[in-house]
Amino acid sequence: MDGIAGRKSGLTWAVHISVVVLVAAWLFPTLGLFVSSFRTGDQISTSGWWAALFTQERQEPAERLSGEEIERDGLFVIEGELFPGRDMQVSAWGTSAREPTAYGAGQTVDLDDGDKLTLSETGQFVLTGPDSFEGERLPRVFATAASPPEFTLDNYNNVLFSTTAGAGVGQSFINTLTVAIPATIIPIVVAAFAAYALAWMQFPGRALLIAAVVALLVVPLQLALIPLLQIHNGIGIGKGYLGTWLAHTAFGMPLAIYLLRNYMVGLPRDIIENAKVDGATDFQIFVKIILPLSFPALASFAIFQFLWTWNDLLVALVFLGTDDETLVLTGRLVNLLGSRGGDWEILATSAFVSIAVPLVVFFSMQRFLVRGLLAGSVK
Amino acid sequence: MANLKLTSVDKTYGGTVNVLKDINLDIETGELIVFVGPSGCGKSTLLRMIAGLEQITAGTLEIDGMVVNDVPPSERGIAMVFQSYALYPHMTVFDNMAFAMRIAKKPEAEIKERVEAAARTLQLHNLLDRLPKELSGGQRQRVAIGRSIVRDPKVYLFDEPLSNLDAALRVATRIEIAQLKEAMPNSTMIYVTHDQVEAMTLASRIVVLAGGGIAQVGSPLELYETPENEFVAQFIGSPAMNLLPGEIVETGERTRVRMAGGGEALSSVPSLPEDMGKTVNIGVRPEDFVAAAEGASFIYQGKVNITEALGEVTILYFHVEGDGKAVIAKLPGIHKELRNLDVRLTADPSKVHVFDDTQSLLYRDRPKKKIVSGLH
Repeated sequence: MDGIAGRKSGLTWAVHISVVVLVAAWLFPTLGLFVSSFRTGDQISTSGWWAALFTQERQEPAERLSGEEIERDGLFVIEGELFPGRDMQVSAWGTSAREPTAYGAGQTVDLDDGDKLTLSETGQFVLTGPDSFEGERLPRVFATAASPPEFTLDNYNNVLFSTTAGAGVGQSFINTLTVAIPATIIPIVVAAFAAYALAWMQFPGRALLIAAVVALLVVPLQLALIPLLQIHNGIGIGKGYLGTWLAHTAFGMPLAIYLLRNYMVGLPRDIIENAKVDGATDFQIFVKIILPLSFPALASFAIFQFLWTWNDLLVALVFLGTDDETLVLTGRLVNLLGSRGGDWEILATSAFVSIAVPLVVFFSMQRFLVRGLLAGSVK
Repeated sequence: MANLKLTSVDKTYGGTVNVLKDINLDIETGELIVFVGPSGCGKSTLLRMIAGLEQITAGTLEIDGMVVNDVPPSERGIAMVFQSYALYPHMTVFDNMAFAMRIAKKPEAEIKERVEAAARTLQLHNLLDRLPKELSGGQRQRVAIGRSIVRDPKVYLFDEPLSNLDAALRVATRIEIAQLKEAMPNSTMIYVTHDQVEAMTLASRIVVLAGGGIAQVGSPLELYETPENEFVAQFIGSPAMNLLPGEIVETGERTRVRMAGGGEALSSVPSLPEDMGKTVNIGVRPEDFVAAAEGASFIYQGKVNITEALGEVTILYFHVEGDGKAVIAKLPGIHKELRNLDVRLTADPSKVHVFDDTQSLLYRDRPKKKIVSGLH
């Protein structure tokens, strides 16, 4: 539309604001989840996820000094770091719980018995005394320090690999993949054949079949759940992955056929006729010409179907059940909300594990998504 | 390598819409037949019926003496070049050309040899690894032609192969096709176009289709010099032949017509005594008009309305009262300041055609073609 000359519509700003609001509404919770999943439970309970991104100043728990004593110039000296391995900026410190901010950084303070303690800004301390500290309890230090952002991968480790903390999110992740991958591939393969037939083969009743497929698009899934499960039980499939794949295939098929047929029907007729003149059979035309040319449509449907089955709870609960060995990720999240409702780090991490795969799929294939959706509507 | 015979071929869509009716045509081995006609005349449909991409509703199609009405396209021994080239966009030039042979499960060595031979003929040998999208229009067209050569068919079918090319490339490719035909004197080719220059330059015989039937079949010059009816007369040649009404006043070896506009035309077309007094149209090509000498008889007199100076020729448009179709004369060379001049035109009797009820008197024995007028 940019190319069309003339005054810009006054509603442009409304469009821009809507876009900003929508992007913010989607982005901030996701970002929050992402940041939270790298924080410890303590951090989550003391400050918000946005604070984790910046340096923050707070009072550290009391640390008792420790270190090797050496003798230098007739004095006994202990040197060390208050926060070993951490990059802290000390702003104030004290030696008693009543006055935790009594002294500034770098200040040298006289303790009892002629002992002196210096705490530098970076947390280096020097304790000197005329007598040996041997057998003595070293003083405690209360420091107020600014710490840089700090993240941990422990949550992911717990959730994915430990059996207790995350209560089997890793297993559920694999279960969901087991459901989603075949449930994406099977309908695409079947629907591609059907779509080719409906688009390019002449047979009586073709128009009626197409109409039936379109009609099936609006059948609500819930309507078919119980009858389908009864059929599965009746023919001996029962509950399990096979039944789930079949159910997902069946529910995904109308959209798949509709989408692919519309795409294939838009392929140039000449190419197909030329292949016929070249002596190709319908099957050869399908495999050698239609399939490669339909890749954008196949990819876009694959994304749809994969996200759909990945996020599905209902079909999986009905056809796969709620056993620990087969519970899918969405089901596991529901369980965690109940059993680990207070453990935000577990919930955030589990949630992010469950959206990570859809995000990867979407971003790696989104160019096909747009192309496949537009195909047919715009030449 | 094959002759083609169409007998009473009809094409009907949905039982009611008649597209082609009673087509009879004999095509000899080695001919280059051009189907030409206005859009919607069914020329592409006829080609597609020969290819086997459309069912033949009635009548028979024989290739090499065998009825092939129900033979699938691939077994008819034909190859088709489509207007849109119809290259497989995801395959390289080599794969495109090899496709048919691979389907036929020919040995890879033979495929390579044949594809490379065809590529050399068409100067495609250094493009074999490219994809169609990396080729220019003319190169794509050559690949499409090369693909048909590789199949070594009995009959080549071309469906408006040049209409997607720009003017210069069209001329070049036209000459290439003519050379290709020269190089394969035994191959039969059928070529569909709406461009009469292509038809005139390429064809050994032209089939003019109009209104679902054949208006005339003949060599290019036959159609030009002795058109069978007003449709062919006006379709072949540019600008179109002038048709002027008149009444026959003398019959015999030569025919004399008194023109409605006052002049008199003498034609070398013979006529019978019963033609006397008939109202006819005489036809004169714009390029056959010459200025009449002072005092001599003339066919048409009029005031020059518009002139178009093209350099090699000057085209004069005379405004005609009534039906509004201008009389056109084409004079060789450059003529200036003819506008608004009163001009008298005449033509050599051998160049004057006489049409009685749209049919030329030369072809009075032939059954009259039903041609729906106003198609062009």
